[in-house]
Amino acid sequence: MSRIAAKFAALQGQRRKALIPFITAGDPEPGLTLPLMHALVAGGADIIELGVPFSDPMADGPTIQRASERALSFGVSLHLVLGMVHEFRKRDATTPVVLMGYANPIEAYGHEAFVRDAQAAGVDGVLTVDYPPEECAGFADSLQQHGIDPIFLLAPTSGEKRFTDVAELGSGYLYYVSLKGVTGSAAIDLDEVARRIPLIREKVGMPVGVGFGIRDAASAARIARVADAVVIGSRIIEIIEQGPPQEAPARVAAFLREVRAAMDATNGETQG
Amino acid sequence: MTQNDYSLPDERGHFGRYGGIFVAETLLPALAGLAAAYEEARNDPAFRAEFEQELAHYVGRPSPIYHARRWSQVLGGAQIYLKREDLNHTGAHKINNGIGQALLARRMGKRRVIAETGAGMHGVATATVAARYGMECVVYMGSEDVKRQSANVYRMKVLGATVVPVESGSKTLKDALNEAMRDWVTNVENTFYIIGTVAGPHPYPMMVRDFQSVIGKECIAQMSALAGRQPDQVIACVGGGSNAMGIFYDYIPHENVRLVGVEAAGLGIETGKHAASLTAGRPGVLHGNRTYLLQDENGQIIETHSISAGLDYPGVGPEHAWLKDSGRAEYVTVTDEEALAAFHDLCRFEGIIPALESSHALAYAARTARGLPKDRILLVNLSGRGDKDLHTVAERAGIRF
Repeated sequence: MSRIAAKFAALQGQRRKALIPFITAGDPEPGLTLPLMHALVAGGADIIELGVPFSDPMADGPTIQRASERALSFGVSLHLVLGMVHEFRKRDATTPVVLMGYANPIEAYGHEAFVRDAQAAGVDGVLTVDYPPEECAGFADSLQQHGIDPIFLLAPTSGEKRFTDVAELGSGYLYYVSLKGVTGSAAIDLDEVARRIPLIREKVGMPVGVGFGIRDAASAARIARVADAVVIGSRIIEIIEQGPPQEAPARVAAFLREVRAAMDATNGETQG
Repeated sequence: MTQNDYSLPDERGHFGRYGGIFVAETLLPALAGLAAAYEEARNDPAFRAEFEQELAHYVGRPSPIYHARRWSQVLGGAQIYLKREDLNHTGAHKINNGIGQALLARRMGKRRVIAETGAGMHGVATATVAARYGMECVVYMGSEDVKRQSANVYRMKVLGATVVPVESGSKTLKDALNEAMRDWVTNVENTFYIIGTVAGPHPYPMMVRDFQSVIGKECIAQMSALAGRQPDQVIACVGGGSNAMGIFYDYIPHENVRLVGVEAAGLGIETGKHAASLTAGRPGVLHGNRTYLLQDENGQIIETHSISAGLDYPGVGPEHAWLKDSGRAEYVTVTDEEALAAFHDLCRFEGIIPALESSHALAYAARTARGLPKDRILLVNLSGRGDKDLHTVAERAGIRF
């Protein structure tokens, strides 16, 4: 069983929902990525989404783009990101790490080399924002063959055919983008999310994480009532930005603890 | 003319290994809707008739072809003919596509159009058609470009558009495109994104090419009438590549006509300060399609340089990538200096002030013409006029207004 599947199985046994924070590797500086990753786990993260910085993050809002730009100013490459995961694995053998980023750095690295090195580093999942299923069947297969889950996005606008595509090519969990727009946008339509998720879960047969627009413990708890996992990105980047970089791990851990507590207070009850 | 069996792209927008749809899930339904609407429109005689009507009476088409006799004589070789897209309303080829997409937007019931722009010509074209059809218009423009193209910024504002300077990344065309894409994904219900070049996710490269292909279509008829034959070479500058695709497309089956795309070598390819994606780049994925990109060894997009803002783009339309690999078109480069020399030549010998973008094509034509017999014909797409560039040219000469 993959680390991601094992994690979701364990959480289900505890009637808890997964908390999946996102940080950009190398932000605010490369030396803080490992401390941040460990702080995320200490704060209650179940899975870590680690952003691979890209010069043109078209699907991200200004917050995550700033994080990308800070990381790139230190020359953080996909190669270095895999090195960070490798280091993380020396102290943490259980927390799944999902790389999230754009196609071009992976293509420049080379699909085969990337899949091989990612497996060796201890990467558990890969979410490539601009690889829709139509354009990456071969890549998704090769990830699977190396024990890495290809994670896909679904949106409120996704049609039925997309559910089939994702069920076929994806594994681990799927990431339901809860609103239109880029990362960090403001509002979230909770009713819509609650309506869609049971259907999606049934069609794709894997846990459903919800992200985009989750700002605080309260909104995370509301999502936890309807989804299997809560993804928080831009808000964490903002917390990293707000204050001395060296204290960022402590700030982030404190924020996650609040979120974790609020989510667990829902006691795994599921609506709909 | 040989049988045209060229039917690219395929239904998912691929030109061989290039093109395609590389966007986040959130944008896919919008693109599918656009592709369906475009397919319907292109097969609707009423849509085509209105497009042609607008091109004739609003843009002023057909644009003439002009034999640059004096300049050809000075160069002492092949005859240079100019396709005068600079004479279009708004002063460049961009308006052809602007009209086409605005008509499609209206057909789809979208009341708000957005655009990215580099030199500002596509922004002006979009602001123009938005005014013409009574639509709200927002144009994204890199803040660096806003500085070097202030006249065009003002033109857009006069036409009623909102110009949003983009401060992220390299603050040029690629960043404006990122920002426009973000706007679209957020406001997709009421907004139509008018992409200005033959790049981006399917159906844009195909759709923009189709709207611009009027250029080549006219050339084929006009060259027959004017010179009694088709040119030996068709030459056009390539940034994203819309004016080049527009003039190349109908010539693709004319196997005796060489198609030459001219990229910006900036300060010289060897300096790394250029914008020659096809010449010096590698295939990758950016802005929704797979194509040649200027990127570093880690797959990060690198900053480009060209004296002309319109060529200052690290990618290129996927159909050009395909035409390069298949050998049907060839791609060459021209430096800032060479383009400037051609700019001044055309001003002095023909009384035509060309855009700095088009000056790249002119410079290559001049270089080639010198070594050819006098009965050879080079057809250059003079894609835009150079009024917008006078500031840049004057600055280079140390002149202040």
